[in-house]
Amino acid sequence: MQVSSSKFKENAHDALKDDNLRAALNRVKTGFTTARANAAEGLPEFEDLRDKARDIKDHVLENLDYYLEYFEQKVIEQGGQVHWCSNASEAREAVLKICRDVDAKTVTKGKSMITEEIALNKFLAAQGIEPIETDLGEYIIQLADEPPSHIIGPAVHKTKEQVTELFHEHHQQYGYTEREEDPEKLVGEARAVLRHKYVTADVGITGANFLVAETGSTVIVTNEGNGDLTQSLPETHVVVASLEKVIPTLEDVSTVMRVLARSATGQEMSVYTTFSTGPKRDTDLDGPANFHVVLLDGGRSEMIGTELQELLRCIRCGACMNHCPVYHAVGGHSYGWVYPGPIGAALNPQMVGLEEARDLPNASSFCGRCEEVCPVRIPLPKILRHWREEAFEKQVGPKPERWGIELWGFFAKRPWLYRRVTRLAASLLSMMAGKKGRLKSLPFNNGWTSVRDLPAPQGSTFMAQWKSKGGRVK
Amino acid sequence: MSSKEKILGRIRANKGRGPLKKEHADILSERIREHSHNLVPKRGLIPLEDQIDLFCGKLEALAATTERVMDAKDLPKKVQDYLKEHNLPSRIKMSPSPELTDLPWKDLPTLEIVTGAGAEEDVVGISPAFAGIAETGTLMMASGAETPSTVNFLPENHIAVLDIRKMKGSFEEAWDLLREKNGDQGMPRTVNLISGPSRTADIEQRLIMGAHGPKNLHVILVGDGEKD
Amino acid sequence: MSDKNKKREVALFVTCLVDINRPSVGFAAVKLLEQAGCEVIVPDAQTCCGQPAYNSGDRRTTQDIARDVIRHFKRFRYVVAPSGSCAGMIKKHYPEMFKDDPLMLLEAENLASRTYELVSFLKDVCGFKPDDVEIDAKLTYHDSCSSLREVKVVDQPRALLKDIDDLELIEAEDREACCGFGGTFCIKYSEISEEMVDRKIDNLLATGADMLSAGDLGCLMNIAGRLHRRGHKMKVLHIAEILADMADGPGIGEKR
Repeated sequence: MQVSSSKFKENAHDALKDDNLRAALNRVKTGFTTARANAAEGLPEFEDLRDKARDIKDHVLENLDYYLEYFEQKVIEQGGQVHWCSNASEAREAVLKICRDVDAKTVTKGKSMITEEIALNKFLAAQGIEPIETDLGEYIIQLADEPPSHIIGPAVHKTKEQVTELFHEHHQQYGYTEREEDPEKLVGEARAVLRHKYVTADVGITGANFLVAETGSTVIVTNEGNGDLTQSLPETHVVVASLEKVIPTLEDVSTVMRVLARSATGQEMSVYTTFSTGPKRDTDLDGPANFHVVLLDGGRSEMIGTELQELLRCIRCGACMNHCPVYHAVGGHSYGWVYPGPIGAALNPQMVGLEEARDLPNASSFCGRCEEVCPVRIPLPKILRHWREEAFEKQVGPKPERWGIELWGFFAKRPWLYRRVTRLAASLLSMMAGKKGRLKSLPFNNGWTSVRDLPAPQGSTFMAQWKSKGGRVK
Repeated sequence: MSSKEKILGRIRANKGRGPLKKEHADILSERIREHSHNLVPKRGLIPLEDQIDLFCGKLEALAATTERVMDAKDLPKKVQDYLKEHNLPSRIKMSPSPELTDLPWKDLPTLEIVTGAGAEEDVVGISPAFAGIAETGTLMMASGAETPSTVNFLPENHIAVLDIRKMKGSFEEAWDLLREKNGDQGMPRTVNLISGPSRTADIEQRLIMGAHGPKNLHVILVGDGEKD
Repeated sequence: MSDKNKKREVALFVTCLVDINRPSVGFAAVKLLEQAGCEVIVPDAQTCCGQPAYNSGDRRTTQDIARDVIRHFKRFRYVVAPSGSCAGMIKKHYPEMFKDDPLMLLEAENLASRTYELVSFLKDVCGFKPDDVEIDAKLTYHDSCSSLREVKVVDQPRALLKDIDDLELIEAEDREACCGFGGTFCIKYSEISEEMVDRKIDNLLATGADMLSAGDLGCLMNIAGRLHRRGHKMKVLHIAEILADMADGPGIGEKR
C-alpha cells in the first residue's frame, strides 16, 4: 500500500472538513463502544479472560520459533504447504507462483489485512490475475480503489449514497441498470454478483485470525460467510498470515476467541468462525484440493525481544480505534498506512520508518482509552511514548519543538530561576489580559489561541503568594 | 539461507538463544499434548435442559429460529411445516448423513430430497450439527464424507439439526468431543462454528441479514434428553 | 491517643499550572486540607512533575526533574496534588521511568506510595465532608483521563459534590472521552484537539448545567478557553474551589 503517513497533518485537516466522514465516524464512536461495553459487562469472567489471552500470546512470543515449526509440521502432515516469507515481495511471489501453478485467472478473497500490507491485489492484477474481494466492505473499497479505513469495517467511511453510485457504475455489466438506494437491496445485489464468482474462482485467498499449532489449522472469523465460501469452493485455498498469529491449542484459541468479537463488535461470537485444516480428504464431497499457508514475517521477527514485542499480541479487533478520540476525529485514512488508530500509530513507525510516520505517535493526547479496552492489554500509550523518545534521541522532527522543551527543562531544573521567570510570565500575561481575564491571541504564532482563548493567569504565582503569607515551606 | 532459516534465526537472535533446548521443547510439546482447558466461563456449566434454554435463547437473540422435536422420526414433518410457513420451495439439499437420510422422508412425497454438497442453485439446505455450544448459542459443524461444509453456506436457508446428546456447555467440551470422535486423524478439513445467520453492517453500520451465507438459520433440536 | 490529636503533615505538590495560572486552586486545596485536619507544607524547591518533557520524548530531562521531586518530597508521609495528571505522573510513570535503576526505582516507588490526588486523599484518607458550602448551581463534572485511568478517581469527587445541599450534579454523555487537552498535544495538533474539545463541549452543554468542574486545571483551561471562544457562558471551576466554598470569584478565563 502507498504510504502517506508523513502527510498526517494534511490528511487530518482534510478529514476534519469532510462531513460524510464525520457522520460515519460518529456511528463508529457510538455503535462500537456501547456494544463492547455491554458485551464486557455480560461476561463476568471477561477481565480474567483478557489476562489469560495476554498470557497465551506472551507465551507464544517467547517461543515463537518452536510454535511456528510445530505448526508447519502439522500443516505438512495434513497435506498442505507452508511458504515462509521474510518480506512483502517474497509473499507476493509465493502467492503468484501458487496461482500460476493452477493457471489461475480469478481469485476470490476473504478479508485480510496482511494482503493489504503486501499490496497483493494490485500485484495480482498487474500479472493478469483478477482479485475479487468478497467481504462487502472490502468489495466496496475495491470498487472505489481505496484502502480500508478501519481494520474490521474497511468501508466505515463510505455513505450509503456513495455505495449506491459505486454499485451503479460497476454492476451495470451484470444487468443491474437501476440505481439502488435501499441498503438491504444493495447487499442483495452484491450477494448476487459475488455468488457466481465464488463458484468459478480458481483460487480462494483468506487471511487468518489464528494459526493453530496443535492441529495445523488456520482460523478465520467473519459475519458474512464470505470467508467460508472463499475457503471451500475454489480448487486451491491460500492462507496469507503473519507469523504472530500462531496459537498453541484449540483451547487457547477458545480463550482468545472469547475476547475477540466482544472487543471488536460487541458480539459474543462473530457469526462464522472457521477452522481450515489441509486440503479436502479423499472421501470429502467439497473443499479445496490444494492448501497453502503463506507465512509473512514483514518486520515482525525484528520486534521480538524489543520494547515493541507486546504489539505482536494484537489480535486485530479494532477496539483501540473504536475508542480513540483521535481516530474519531480524523478517520483511518489519515494515518497513511494499512493500520489506523492507536495500533497503527504504534506499529507503523516500525513498518514504514519513524521519519515517515513520526506524526502518528505524537498525535495522541495519551488519554489511555485504547489500553483500557485492548483485549490483550497492549500498553499502547507506553509504546507511543517509546517512539517519541526514539524520535527525540535521533533528532527526528522539528527543531524548534525540541529547543522549546530543552529551554523549559533548563528552567524546571533550577527552582530559583524558575520562580522568577514564572512570576514574570504570570504577571505579564495577566496584565495583557486585563479585566477580560483571557487572551484571544498571543504575539507569537500559537496552536493554543488558534482554537481557544487562553485563560489568563490570576496575577502573582501561588508560590510567591504563599511565601508572602508566611506559609510553611519546610 | 532459506527465508525460513532467516526468520527463525532472527527470532532466536533477538531472544539471545539458539533453537530451544530439548527440556524446554518437551515442556511445550507436553503443553500441546495436554491441551488443558483454560478459564471456562461458568455460564455454560449447567444441567442439560438449562443448556438447551441458554443455547436457544442465545441463537434467537442472534436472529436464528429454533424448535425441538422429542423423536427424530417427527423431524421431516417439522421441516415440511417450516418450508410451508416460510413459503420456501420443497427441494432440499441434504447432507448425505444417515442421521438425516435414515429418517422417514418418504412419508412426505411432496418434499424433494437431494443429497450431496451445496451448489449455487440450492435454496434450502439441511445438515446435522456435530455439536451445540450453549455458552454462546453456537453450532459446531464438522466436514466429512457425510457432511459437506458447503451445505451450510450456499443455500439461502439453512436448517441445522442438533441431537441434544451433543449439547455442550463450552467450546472446550466440544473440542473434547471432536478429538474423541476423530482420534488420530486430527481435525476434519473444515470445522465451522456458526452463531446465527449471515449478516453485514458494512453499509453505514446498518445490520442487514444474509450477506453471503444463509439469510435464515433454523435449528431443530432433536431428542428428549434421555441417554439411550 | 496522641495520634488522633496530631495533625497529618501534608506536602502540597502545587503543580505548575496552578502555580502560574490559578493560584486560587492551590489556596482552595490548602483550605480543604486544613479543614480535613492536615498541616500543609509547600516545599519551595518544587517546579513541575516533568510531564511536558516526558510526553515530548525527552527522558533525560524528565528523569532529572523526577529525581529533584523525589528528593524534595522525601521526608513527607503524604504528598498531595490537586491534579490527577501530576499525581498519575508521580505514581505511575516515575517508577516506570526508573525500572532499570534499582535504587531510584525504590525511591520512586516509595514516593508513588505516598502520593495522592487531592480529592481522593480528602475522601479516602481523611474521611472529609464539605463544610457548609453554599453553592446553588447545576453542575456537570468532567473526568480527566489521568484521574479516570491512572489514579482511578471517579466516585470520590461525585460523593463530595453530592454532599453540597443546593448543588445538582448532572452527568454528561460520553463521560469517558478525552477533552482534547493532552499537554503539548493541544498545541501541536490543534485542529484535532479542536474537534475533540467541541465534542466534549457539546455533551457538556447538553446537560443544561451552568457550571463545569473537574480535578485537572489543564482540561479546564482547554474547555473553558474553547467555551469562551464559542461564546458560551458556562462557569468553569476546579473542584477544589467548589469544595472549599471559593466559587464566588470569576471562573476560569472569566472577566474579573
